[in-house]
Amino acid sequence: MSKIPLQFRHNGRDVAIFVDGGTNLLAALRELIGDMTPKFGCGQGGCGTCSVLIDGELHLSCLTLAETVAGRSIETLDGMKQGPNLHPLQRAFADNFAAQCGYCTPGMLMAAKALLDRNPSPSRDEVIEAISGNICRCTGYEPIINAILAAAGGRVSA
Amino acid sequence: MTRHRGRGIASINYPIGMNLGGDPSQALVHSNPSGKFTVALSSIDLGQGMKSVTRQICAETLGVPVEDVYVDTADSDTGPHCMGSFASRGTHRVGNAVMAAAREARGVMMEAAAEELEVNAADLETDGRGNIHVKGAPHRSISTKDVAIAAQFKQGKTISGRGIFLVPLSAVDPETGEMSPATCYAHACLVAEVDVDDETGEVAMVRMDSAYELGRALNPRLVEQQLVGGAWMGVSHALYETPEPYYPEPVHGPRDFVEYLMPGPGDICPHDIAVLERPAPDGPFGAKGPGEMCANPVLPAVANAIFNAVGVRIDDLPITPEKVLRAIKAQGGARPQARH
Ligand code: FES
Ligand code: FES
Repeated sequence: MSKIPLQFRHNGRDVAIFVDGGTNLLAALRELIGDMTPKFGCGQGGCGTCSVLIDGELHLSCLTLAETVAGRSIETLDGMKQGPNLHPLQRAFADNFAAQCGYCTPGMLMAAKALLDRNPSPSRDEVIEAISGNICRCTGYEPIINAILAAAGGRVSA
Repeated sequence: MTRHRGRGIASINYPIGMNLGGDPSQALVHSNPSGKFTVALSSIDLGQGMKSVTRQICAETLGVPVEDVYVDTADSDTGPHCMGSFASRGTHRVGNAVMAAAREARGVMMEAAAEELEVNAADLETDGRGNIHVKGAPHRSISTKDVAIAAQFKQGKTISGRGIFLVPLSAVDPETGEMSPATCYAHACLVAEVDVDDETGEVAMVRMDSAYELGRALNPRLVEQQLVGGAWMGVSHALYETPEPYYPEPVHGPRDFVEYLMPGPGDICPHDIAVLERPAPDGPFGAKGPGEMCANPVLPAVANAIFNAVGVRIDDLPITPEKVLRAIKAQGGARPQARH
Protein backbone atom coordinates (compact mmCIF):
# COMPACT_ATOMS: atom_id res chain seq x y z
CA MET A 1 0.00 0.00 0.00
CA SER A 2 1.34 3.42 -0.84
CA LYS A 3 2.02 5.88 1.93
CA ILE A 4 0.09 9.10 2.26
CA PRO A 5 2.10 12.27 2.96
CA LEU A 6 0.59 14.20 5.84
CA GLN A 7 1.37 17.57 7.36
CA PHE A 8 -0.18 19.11 10.45
CA ARG A 9 0.72 21.16 13.51
CA HIS A 10 1.66 19.20 16.59
CA ASN A 11 1.77 21.30 19.76
CA GLY A 12 2.60 24.40 17.79
CA ARG A 13 5.24 22.78 15.59
CA ASP A 14 4.82 21.77 11.94
CA VAL A 15 5.31 18.06 11.36
CA ALA A 16 5.35 15.99 8.19
CA ILE A 17 4.98 12.21 8.14
CA PHE A 18 4.00 9.39 5.80
CA VAL A 19 1.12 7.24 6.95
CA ASP A 20 -0.56 4.12 5.62
CA GLY A 21 -4.17 4.66 4.60
CA GLY A 22 -6.40 3.78 7.56
CA THR A 23 -3.83 4.65 10.21
CA ASN A 24 -5.50 6.28 13.18
CA LEU A 25 -4.23 9.50 14.71
CA LEU A 26 -3.29 7.80 17.97
CA ALA A 27 -0.92 5.42 16.21
CA ALA A 28 0.48 8.25 14.08
CA LEU A 29 1.20 10.38 17.15
CA ARG A 30 2.73 7.58 19.19
CA GLU A 31 4.59 5.60 16.57
CA LEU A 32 5.51 8.17 13.93
CA ILE A 33 5.80 11.42 15.90
CA GLY A 34 7.01 9.74 19.09
CA ASP A 35 4.54 11.59 21.33
CA MET A 36 3.64 8.95 23.90
CA THR A 37 1.32 11.15 25.97
CA PRO A 38 -1.93 10.06 24.30
CA LYS A 39 -2.50 6.53 25.63
CA PHE A 40 -4.05 3.47 24.05
CA GLY A 41 -6.78 2.22 26.36
CA CYS A 42 -9.32 0.46 24.17
CA GLY A 43 -8.84 1.64 20.59
CA GLN A 44 -12.58 1.98 20.08
CA GLY A 45 -13.83 5.09 21.79
CA GLY A 46 -14.74 3.58 25.15
CA CYS A 47 -12.21 5.03 27.58
CA GLY A 48 -11.02 8.51 26.58
CA THR A 49 -7.35 8.12 27.47
CA CYS A 50 -6.33 8.85 23.85
CA SER A 51 -8.06 12.27 23.90
CA VAL A 52 -6.39 15.13 22.01
CA LEU A 53 -7.51 18.56 20.84
CA ILE A 54 -7.98 19.11 17.11
CA ASP A 55 -8.26 22.83 16.37
CA GLY A 56 -9.17 23.25 20.03
CA GLU A 57 -11.92 20.65 20.01
CA LEU A 58 -11.78 17.43 22.02
CA HIS A 59 -11.42 14.26 19.93
CA LEU A 60 -10.64 10.60 20.49
CA SER A 61 -7.44 10.07 18.52
CA CYS A 62 -8.06 6.30 18.30
CA LEU A 63 -11.20 6.96 16.27
CA THR A 64 -9.72 9.72 14.11
CA LEU A 65 -8.21 8.82 10.76
CA ALA A 66 -4.78 10.39 10.60
CA GLU A 67 -5.39 11.67 7.05
CA THR A 68 -8.28 13.80 8.24
CA VAL A 69 -6.04 16.08 10.30
CA ALA A 70 -4.02 17.40 7.33
CA GLY A 71 -3.36 21.10 7.87
CA ARG A 72 -5.01 21.13 11.27
CA SER A 73 -3.60 21.84 14.70
CA ILE A 74 -3.25 19.00 17.22
CA GLU A 75 -2.67 19.57 20.93
CA THR A 76 -1.64 16.76 23.23
CA LEU A 77 -0.60 16.59 26.85
CA ASP A 78 3.01 16.81 25.66
CA GLY A 79 2.43 20.46 24.74
CA MET A 80 0.67 21.42 27.94
CA LYS A 81 3.43 22.46 30.27
CA GLN A 82 5.07 25.81 29.61
CA GLY A 83 8.81 25.19 29.64
CA PRO A 84 9.72 23.87 33.07
CA ASN A 85 6.40 25.02 34.54
CA LEU A 86 3.41 22.77 34.85
CA HIS A 87 0.14 24.03 33.39
CA PRO A 88 -2.27 25.14 36.16
CA LEU A 89 -4.40 22.07 35.41
CA GLN A 90 -1.41 19.77 35.89
CA ARG A 91 -0.55 21.60 39.14
CA ALA A 92 -4.15 21.22 40.32
CA PHE A 93 -4.11 17.49 39.50
CA ALA A 94 -0.98 17.06 41.62
CA ASP A 95 -2.32 19.21 44.49
CA ASN A 96 -5.59 17.29 44.56
CA PHE A 97 -4.12 13.78 44.26
CA ALA A 98 -6.09 13.36 41.03
CA ALA A 99 -3.83 10.65 39.59
CA GLN A 100 -2.91 7.23 40.92
CA CYS A 101 -1.76 4.88 38.17
CA GLY A 102 -1.96 7.86 35.80
CA TYR A 103 -3.24 5.98 32.79
CA CYS A 104 -6.37 8.09 32.42
CA THR A 105 -4.58 11.33 33.28
CA PRO A 106 -3.53 12.47 29.77
CA GLY A 107 -7.09 12.12 28.53
CA MET A 108 -8.57 13.73 31.64
CA LEU A 109 -6.24 16.71 31.31
CA MET A 110 -7.07 17.21 27.64
CA ALA A 111 -10.80 16.95 28.33
CA ALA A 112 -10.39 19.45 31.17
CA LYS A 113 -8.38 21.82 28.98
CA ALA A 114 -11.00 21.66 26.22
CA LEU A 115 -13.61 22.61 28.81
CA LEU A 116 -11.70 25.47 30.47
CA ASP A 117 -10.60 26.91 27.11
CA ARG A 118 -14.23 27.53 26.20
CA ASN A 119 -15.74 27.87 29.69
CA PRO A 120 -13.27 29.23 32.25
CA SER A 121 -15.65 28.95 35.21
CA PRO A 122 -17.65 25.76 34.81
CA SER A 123 -20.10 24.35 37.34
CA ARG A 124 -19.49 20.96 38.92
CA ASP A 125 -22.07 19.41 36.58
CA GLU A 126 -20.34 20.92 33.57
CA VAL A 127 -17.04 19.42 34.73
CA ILE A 128 -18.67 16.00 35.12
CA GLU A 129 -20.21 16.33 31.67
CA ALA A 130 -16.86 17.33 30.17
CA ILE A 131 -15.03 14.23 31.48
CA SER A 132 -17.94 11.83 31.05
CA GLY A 133 -16.21 10.13 28.11
CA ASN A 134 -13.19 9.29 30.23
CA ILE A 135 -12.92 6.25 32.48
CA CYS A 136 -10.80 6.22 35.62
CA ARG A 137 -10.21 2.99 37.46
CA CYS A 138 -8.36 4.42 40.44
CA THR A 139 -9.50 7.78 41.76
CA GLY A 140 -13.29 7.60 41.97
CA TYR A 141 -13.36 10.82 39.87
CA GLU A 142 -13.95 13.07 42.88
CA PRO A 143 -10.31 14.26 43.11
CA ILE A 144 -10.28 14.88 39.33
CA ILE A 145 -13.47 16.94 39.47
CA ASN A 146 -12.06 18.89 42.43
CA ALA A 147 -8.79 19.48 40.59
CA ILE A 148 -10.52 20.88 37.51
CA LEU A 149 -12.71 23.14 39.66
CA ALA A 150 -9.61 24.29 41.57
CA ALA A 151 -7.77 25.12 38.35
CA ALA A 152 -10.80 27.01 37.07
CA GLY A 153 -11.00 28.97 40.31
CA GLY A 154 -7.29 29.78 40.27
CA ARG A 155 -6.79 27.72 43.43
CA VAL A 156 -3.47 26.11 42.55
CA SER A 157 -0.16 26.12 44.35
CA ALA A 158 2.76 28.08 42.88
CA MET B 1 -42.27 3.64 38.30
CA THR B 2 -41.06 4.21 41.82
CA ARG B 3 -37.61 4.85 43.16
CA HIS B 4 -37.06 3.29 46.54
CA ARG B 5 -34.41 4.57 48.93
CA GLY B 6 -32.54 1.98 50.99
CA ARG B 7 -29.65 1.92 53.42
CA GLY B 8 -27.23 -0.93 54.14
CA ILE B 9 -24.29 -1.44 56.43
CA ALA B 10 -21.26 -3.73 56.40
CA SER B 11 -18.30 -4.18 58.72
CA ILE B 12 -15.13 -6.02 57.86
CA ASN B 13 -12.07 -7.42 59.53
CA TYR B 14 -9.31 -7.33 56.97
CA PRO B 15 -6.03 -9.28 57.10
CA ILE B 16 -2.86 -7.48 56.03
CA GLY B 17 -0.64 -9.74 53.93
CA MET B 18 -0.97 -13.51 53.86
CA ASN B 19 0.72 -16.65 54.95
CA LEU B 20 1.93 -18.10 51.67
CA GLY B 21 5.62 -19.03 51.89
CA GLY B 22 6.23 -16.72 54.85
CA ASP B 23 5.12 -13.67 52.83
CA PRO B 24 8.66 -12.33 52.33
CA SER B 25 9.79 -8.98 51.00
CA GLN B 26 13.31 -7.63 50.93
CA ALA B 27 14.86 -4.20 50.68
CA LEU B 28 18.38 -2.84 50.23
CA VAL B 29 19.39 0.67 51.23
CA HIS B 30 22.71 2.27 50.33
CA SER B 31 24.26 5.70 50.25
CA ASN B 32 25.12 7.19 46.88
CA PRO B 33 28.30 9.07 45.96
CA SER B 34 26.36 12.29 46.65
CA GLY B 35 25.55 11.35 50.22
CA LYS B 36 21.93 10.69 49.39
CA PHE B 37 20.33 7.29 49.74
CA THR B 38 18.73 4.77 47.42
CA VAL B 39 16.20 2.14 48.42
CA ALA B 40 16.28 -0.81 46.02
CA LEU B 41 13.06 -2.80 45.81
CA SER B 42 11.42 -4.98 43.24
CA SER B 43 8.01 -4.25 44.74
CA ILE B 44 5.63 -2.42 42.44
CA ASP B 45 3.85 0.88 42.96
CA LEU B 46 0.61 0.64 40.95
CA GLY B 47 -0.34 4.18 41.89
CA GLN B 48 -1.29 3.33 45.46
CA GLY B 49 1.69 5.30 46.80
CA MET B 50 4.12 2.64 47.97
CA LYS B 51 7.05 4.58 46.52
CA SER B 52 6.18 7.63 48.64
CA VAL B 53 5.52 5.63 51.76
CA THR B 54 8.72 3.54 51.59
CA ARG B 55 10.63 6.77 50.96
CA GLN B 56 9.16 8.31 54.10
CA ILE B 57 9.89 5.16 56.13
CA CYS B 58 13.51 5.09 54.95
CA ALA B 59 14.11 8.80 55.59
CA GLU B 60 12.54 8.66 59.04
CA THR B 61 14.58 5.60 60.05
CA LEU B 62 17.86 6.94 58.69
CA GLY B 63 17.18 10.35 60.20
CA VAL B 64 17.69 12.23 56.93
CA PRO B 65 15.39 14.55 54.95
CA VAL B 66 12.87 12.80 52.72
CA GLU B 67 14.37 14.67 49.71
CA ASP B 68 17.61 12.75 50.28
CA VAL B 69 16.03 9.36 49.60
CA TYR B 70 15.34 7.84 46.18
CA VAL B 71 13.27 4.72 45.75
CA ASP B 72 14.27 2.52 42.84
CA THR B 73 11.51 0.03 42.42
CA ALA B 74 9.53 -2.31 40.19
CA ASP B 75 12.56 -3.97 38.63
CA SER B 76 13.25 -7.59 39.52
CA ASP B 77 16.58 -7.35 37.65
CA THR B 78 17.99 -4.83 40.10
CA GLY B 79 15.87 -5.13 43.24
CA PRO B 80 15.87 -7.84 45.90
CA HIS B 81 13.04 -10.32 46.24
CA CYS B 82 9.44 -9.26 46.85
CA MET B 83 6.27 -11.35 46.85
CA GLY B 84 4.42 -8.53 45.12
CA SER B 85 1.89 -5.76 45.46
CA PHE B 86 -1.27 -7.56 46.52
CA ALA B 87 -3.03 -8.78 49.68
CA SER B 88 -2.75 -5.22 51.04
CA ARG B 89 0.79 -6.10 52.01
CA GLY B 90 2.87 -3.26 50.53
CA THR B 91 3.04 -0.72 53.35
CA HIS B 92 3.31 -3.35 56.07
CA ARG B 93 5.56 -6.01 54.54
CA VAL B 94 7.74 -3.90 52.27
CA GLY B 95 7.70 -1.06 54.80
CA ASN B 96 9.06 -3.39 57.48
CA ALA B 97 11.81 -4.60 55.14
CA VAL B 98 12.77 -1.00 54.28
CA MET B 99 12.80 -0.08 57.94
CA ALA B 100 15.16 -2.96 58.77
CA ALA B 101 17.47 -2.09 55.88
CA ALA B 102 17.51 1.59 56.81
CA ARG B 103 18.23 0.73 60.43
CA GLU B 104 21.27 -1.31 59.42
CA ALA B 105 22.46 1.45 57.06
CA ARG B 106 21.98 4.01 59.82
CA GLY B 107 24.20 1.90 62.10
CA VAL B 108 27.03 2.03 59.55
CA MET B 109 26.45 5.74 58.92
CA MET B 110 26.67 6.53 62.63
CA GLU B 111 29.86 4.44 63.00
CA ALA B 112 31.43 6.28 60.08
CA ALA B 113 30.39 9.64 61.56
CA ALA B 114 31.78 8.61 64.95
CA GLU B 115 35.13 7.87 63.37
CA GLU B 116 35.23 11.32 61.77
CA LEU B 117 34.13 13.17 64.92
CA GLU B 118 36.31 10.94 67.13
CA VAL B 119 33.49 10.09 69.51
CA ASN B 120 31.45 7.03 70.41
CA ALA B 121 28.63 6.28 67.92
CA ALA B 122 26.22 5.89 70.83
CA ASP B 123 26.71 9.59 71.63
CA LEU B 124 25.55 10.74 68.21
CA GLU B 125 22.14 11.70 66.88
CA THR B 126 20.68 12.83 63.56
CA ASP B 127 18.84 16.13 63.22
CA GLY B 128 16.61 14.99 60.34
CA ARG B 129 18.00 17.81 58.19
CA GLY B 130 21.05 16.00 56.90
CA ASN B 131 23.42 16.41 59.85
CA ILE B 132 24.77 14.16 62.56
CA HIS B 133 25.93 15.72 65.82
CA VAL B 134 27.06 14.88 69.32
CA LYS B 135 24.10 14.72 71.70
CA GLY B 136 23.98 17.94 73.69
CA ALA B 137 26.71 19.52 71.55
CA PRO B 138 25.15 20.38 68.19
CA HIS B 139 28.25 22.33 67.07
CA ARG B 140 30.21 19.04 66.94
CA SER B 141 28.49 18.10 63.74
CA ILE B 142 29.09 16.51 60.36
CA SER B 143 26.76 16.38 57.35
CA THR B 144 25.59 13.01 56.04
CA LYS B 145 27.18 14.00 52.73
CA ASP B 146 30.60 14.40 54.39
CA VAL B 147 30.11 11.09 56.19
CA ALA B 148 29.40 9.43 52.84
CA ILE B 149 32.53 11.00 51.35
CA ALA B 150 34.65 9.88 54.30
CA ALA B 151 33.23 6.36 54.07
CA GLN B 152 33.99 6.21 50.35
CA PHE B 153 37.45 7.82 50.26
CA LYS B 154 38.98 7.32 53.71
CA GLN B 155 37.30 4.53 55.60
CA GLY B 156 36.56 2.18 52.72
CA LYS B 157 33.04 1.39 53.93
CA THR B 158 29.72 1.04 52.20
CA ILE B 159 26.96 2.79 54.09
CA SER B 160 24.34 0.18 53.38
CA GLY B 161 21.79 -2.07 54.95
CA ARG B 162 19.74 -5.16 54.21
CA GLY B 163 16.20 -5.72 55.32
CA ILE B 164 13.82 -8.64 55.11
CA PHE B 165 10.29 -9.26 56.26
CA LEU B 166 9.49 -12.92 56.75
CA VAL B 167 6.97 -14.55 59.04
CA PRO B 168 7.19 -18.16 60.18
CA LEU B 169 4.92 -20.28 58.02
CA SER B 170 1.75 -20.98 59.97
CA ALA B 171 0.69 -24.61 59.64
CA VAL B 172 -2.97 -25.60 59.62
CA ASP B 173 -4.14 -27.40 62.75
CA PRO B 174 -5.40 -30.80 61.43
CA GLU B 175 -8.10 -30.98 64.12
CA THR B 176 -9.61 -27.52 63.92
CA GLY B 177 -8.34 -26.17 60.61
CA GLU B 178 -7.08 -23.19 62.53
CA MET B 179 -4.15 -21.14 61.29
CA SER B 180 -3.01 -17.54 61.46
CA PRO B 181 -2.70 -16.31 57.90
CA ALA B 182 -2.01 -12.70 58.78
CA THR B 183 -0.03 -10.86 61.43
CA CYS B 184 -2.36 -7.91 61.83
CA TYR B 185 -5.85 -6.87 60.86
CA ALA B 186 -7.41 -3.64 59.68
CA HIS B 187 -11.08 -2.84 60.11
CA ALA B 188 -13.78 -0.91 58.34
CA CYS B 189 -17.45 -0.10 58.49
CA LEU B 190 -19.41 1.42 55.65
CA VAL B 191 -22.99 2.60 55.24
CA ALA B 192 -24.32 2.82 51.70
CA GLU B 193 -27.48 4.57 50.61
CA VAL B 194 -29.00 3.69 47.25
CA ASP B 195 -32.03 4.39 45.10
CA VAL B 196 -33.53 1.36 43.36
CA ASP B 197 -35.85 1.89 40.41
CA ASP B 198 -38.46 -0.88 40.50
CA GLU B 199 -39.31 -0.47 36.82
CA THR B 200 -35.79 -0.63 35.36
CA GLY B 201 -33.97 -2.44 38.17
CA GLU B 202 -31.32 0.28 38.15
CA VAL B 203 -29.43 1.04 41.33
CA ALA B 204 -28.03 4.53 41.88
CA MET B 205 -25.59 5.37 44.66
CA VAL B 206 -26.90 8.19 46.87
CA ARG B 207 -24.18 8.47 49.51
CA MET B 208 -21.61 6.55 51.50
CA ASP B 209 -20.35 7.05 55.03
CA SER B 210 -17.44 5.04 56.28
CA ALA B 211 -14.88 4.59 59.01
CA TYR B 212 -11.56 2.85 58.43
CA GLU B 213 -9.11 1.68 61.08
CA LEU B 214 -5.82 1.04 59.31
CA GLY B 215 -3.05 1.46 61.84
CA ARG B 216 -1.05 4.66 61.59
CA ALA B 217 -1.72 6.63 58.41
CA LEU B 218 1.87 7.27 57.29
CA ASN B 219 0.73 9.62 54.54
CA PRO B 220 -2.80 10.82 55.31
CA ARG B 221 -3.38 12.33 51.85
CA LEU B 222 -2.41 9.07 50.15
CA VAL B 223 -4.62 7.11 52.53
CA GLU B 224 -7.53 9.41 51.71
CA GLN B 225 -6.86 9.04 47.99
CA GLN B 226 -6.92 5.25 48.35
CA LEU B 227 -10.15 5.25 50.33
CA VAL B 228 -11.96 7.67 48.01
CA GLY B 229 -10.95 5.81 44.84
CA GLY B 230 -11.12 2.31 46.25
CA ALA B 231 -14.74 2.74 47.32
CA TRP B 232 -15.64 3.20 43.65
CA MET B 233 -13.86 0.04 42.73
CA GLY B 234 -16.10 -1.57 45.35
CA VAL B 235 -19.21 0.00 43.83
CA SER B 236 -18.04 -1.18 40.45
CA HIS B 237 -17.70 -4.77 41.68
CA ALA B 238 -21.09 -4.52 43.41
CA LEU B 239 -23.07 -3.08 40.50
CA TYR B 240 -21.20 -3.14 37.21
CA GLU B 241 -18.22 -5.20 36.32
CA THR B 242 -17.59 -8.89 35.77
CA PRO B 243 -15.47 -10.90 33.36
CA GLU B 244 -18.00 -13.75 33.52
CA PRO B 245 -21.58 -12.44 33.39
CA TYR B 246 -23.09 -15.88 32.81
CA TYR B 247 -20.57 -17.95 34.73
CA PRO B 248 -19.45 -20.63 33.98
CA GLU B 249 -20.40 -20.06 30.33
CA PRO B 250 -17.45 -18.03 29.04
CA VAL B 251 -18.71 -16.93 25.62
CA HIS B 252 -20.59 -13.90 26.95
CA GLY B 253 -17.46 -12.46 28.51
CA PRO B 254 -17.03 -8.73 27.90
CA ARG B 255 -14.50 -7.68 25.28
CA ASP B 256 -14.35 -3.93 25.79
CA PHE B 257 -15.38 -1.03 28.01
CA VAL B 258 -18.82 -0.96 26.43
CA GLU B 259 -19.53 -4.45 27.76
CA TYR B 260 -17.21 -4.40 30.79
CA LEU B 261 -18.88 -1.61 32.67
CA MET B 262 -17.43 0.71 35.26
CA PRO B 263 -18.90 3.76 36.96
CA GLY B 264 -18.36 7.04 35.15
CA PRO B 265 -17.97 10.51 36.63
CA GLY B 266 -21.74 10.99 36.51
CA ASP B 267 -22.40 7.98 38.76
CA ILE B 268 -20.51 9.09 41.84
CA CYS B 269 -22.03 10.29 45.10
CA PRO B 270 -20.79 12.01 48.27
CA HIS B 271 -18.65 9.82 50.53
CA ASP B 272 -17.77 10.87 54.05
CA ILE B 273 -14.74 9.06 55.46
CA ALA B 274 -13.37 8.88 58.98
CA VAL B 275 -9.88 7.44 59.44
CA LEU B 276 -9.13 5.92 62.84
CA GLU B 277 -5.51 5.32 63.70
CA ARG B 278 -4.66 2.44 66.02
CA PRO B 279 -0.96 1.76 65.46
CA ALA B 280 -0.12 -1.90 64.75
CA PRO B 281 2.62 -3.18 67.10
CA ASP B 282 4.37 -5.00 64.25
CA GLY B 283 3.82 -2.36 61.54
CA PRO B 284 6.42 0.10 60.29
CA PHE B 285 5.76 3.16 62.49
CA GLY B 286 2.47 1.44 63.36
CA ALA B 287 1.12 1.23 59.80
CA LYS B 288 -1.14 -1.52 58.47
CA GLY B 289 -2.26 -0.06 55.16
CA PRO B 290 -5.58 0.59 53.42
CA GLY B 291 -5.03 -1.77 50.47
CA GLU B 292 -7.90 -3.80 49.12
CA MET B 293 -9.93 -3.04 52.20
CA CYS B 294 -10.98 0.28 50.71
CA ALA B 295 -13.16 -1.60 48.19
CA ASN B 296 -14.35 -4.56 50.25
CA PRO B 297 -17.04 -3.26 52.64
CA VAL B 298 -18.83 -1.52 49.77
CA LEU B 299 -20.09 -4.76 48.19
CA PRO B 300 -22.07 -6.17 51.15
CA ALA B 301 -23.23 -2.67 52.18
CA VAL B 302 -24.68 -2.07 48.70
CA ALA B 303 -26.31 -5.52 48.62
CA ASN B 304 -27.86 -4.81 52.03
CA ALA B 305 -29.03 -1.37 50.91
CA ILE B 306 -30.78 -2.93 47.90
CA PHE B 307 -32.53 -5.39 50.22
CA ASN B 308 -33.54 -2.51 52.46
CA ALA B 309 -34.91 -0.58 49.48
CA VAL B 310 -36.93 -3.23 47.66
CA GLY B 311 -36.77 -6.41 49.78
CA VAL B 312 -34.77 -8.56 47.38
CA ARG B 313 -31.62 -10.37 48.48
CA ILE B 314 -29.18 -10.72 45.62
CA ASP B 315 -26.12 -12.81 46.41
CA ASP B 316 -24.63 -12.95 42.95
CA LEU B 317 -22.33 -10.15 41.78
CA PRO B 318 -22.54 -7.77 40.07
CA ILE B 319 -26.07 -6.76 41.03
CA THR B 320 -27.22 -5.79 37.54
CA PRO B 321 -30.59 -4.21 36.70
CA GLU B 322 -31.59 -7.55 35.17
CA LYS B 323 -31.05 -9.45 38.43
CA VAL B 324 -32.83 -6.80 40.48
CA LEU B 325 -35.80 -6.75 38.15
CA ARG B 326 -36.13 -10.56 38.02
CA ALA B 327 -35.99 -10.75 41.82
CA ILE B 328 -38.59 -7.99 42.23
CA LYS B 329 -40.87 -9.79 39.74
CA ALA B 330 -40.35 -13.13 41.50
CA GLN B 331 -41.53 -11.71 44.83
CA GLY B 332 -44.48 -9.94 43.20
CA GLY B 333 -43.24 -6.36 43.52
CA ALA B 334 -40.95 -4.17 45.56
CA ARG B 335 -41.20 -4.64 49.33
CA PRO B 336 -39.42 -1.77 51.02
CA GLN B 337 -38.03 -2.73 54.43
CA ALA B 338 -38.00 -0.65 57.59
CA ARG B 339 -35.33 2.04 57.66
CA HIS B 340 -33.39 2.73 60.80
S1 FES C 1 -8.14 4.41 23.32
FE1 FES C 1 -9.41 5.89 22.38
S2 FES C 1 -11.19 5.86 23.62
FE2 FES C 1 -9.99 4.26 24.46
S1 FES D 1 -5.54 7.22 37.82
FE1 FES D 1 -5.60 5.13 37.24
S2 FES D 1 -7.13 5.15 35.72
FE2 FES D 1 -7.27 7.14 36.50
